[in-house]
Amino acid sequence: MLALPQTEIKTVRFGVVVFPGSNCDADSHDAVGTFTGAEARYLWHKDTQLDGLDCVILPGGFSYGDYLRPGAIARFSPIMKAVGRFAAAGGLVIGICNGFQILLEAGLLPGAMHRNQGLKFVCRLVNLRVENTSMPFTGKYEQGQIIRIPVAHMEGNYFINEAGLAELEDRNQIVVRYCNESGNAAKEANPNGSLGNIAGVCNREGNVFGLMPHPERVCDPLVGGADGRGVFKSIIISVLKNKS
Amino acid sequence: MKAKVYITPKEGILDPQGVAIERALPALGFKGVTGVRVGKYIELDLPGGGDAAAEVDKMCKKLLANPIIEDFQFELVPE
Repeated sequence: MLALPQTEIKTVRFGVVVFPGSNCDADSHDAVGTFTGAEARYLWHKDTQLDGLDCVILPGGFSYGDYLRPGAIARFSPIMKAVGRFAAAGGLVIGICNGFQILLEAGLLPGAMHRNQGLKFVCRLVNLRVENTSMPFTGKYEQGQIIRIPVAHMEGNYFINEAGLAELEDRNQIVVRYCNESGNAAKEANPNGSLGNIAGVCNREGNVFGLMPHPERVCDPLVGGADGRGVFKSIIISVLKNKS
Repeated sequence: MKAKVYITPKEGILDPQGVAIERALPALGFKGVTGVRVGKYIELDLPGGGDAAAEVDKMCKKLLANPIIEDFQFELVPE
């Protein structure tokens, strides 16, 4: 009898947290579903267990109506304690838009969000320059690659004090910046007035990542682009590497 | 006991709403107004007993204000 090699099929498991007021949870869930070898399940904000997951997504939306400040109430949801423990143990956490705001309020990422400098809700495609590809969320992009991903937010004007900014720069924690078509982080290319054209940052360890643009919305050329696929692909490949 | 909490953008931090208002005032004939800052005002009724000032201070630090971008002050008003 022919002995077939024993290959264990590995699946990368994503959890998408649903807060009251999340509205990009389904997009994130479905984006994951377009990748072979990955699956996503929804997590309710009252859940306290993240067992068996490789990556947690905090999706975009208006959790708790953005009352007080975006993310200020969501960070006290029961699941956020579990997310904190998960991150501390090295689990991958990505916060998109409102998810980024929640990670900032929770102190899992440094800095804070102001209202957009133009005081308007900004919803459009922007160019981003990938600054750091040595982390699990961006490994499949090229250093300095320019990608087109939409933003849709009112409070994306990232702020951190001078010492904090210097530390972000020193430790290569600025992952993506707004730029123009030729890759220049010019003032005109900045949709919200964020400090240093910052669009996304990670923690020191590189396993928690927050960004204002929505990669999950550009995972299929049919709906306007596929530049966001690199984020999910990077996560999947990084997890599989660690599992093998 | 009532607490009146005032939350303001930290000094030196850009306040886009304040800037917009400052620019709108001259259009209405109010010339020369500067330093417009927009904040929040929150009222709370506190249960009796305990150290009310310490409690409100903790509330501000934990939830009501974001210490990275906002300052807060409060007053306690006996009812």
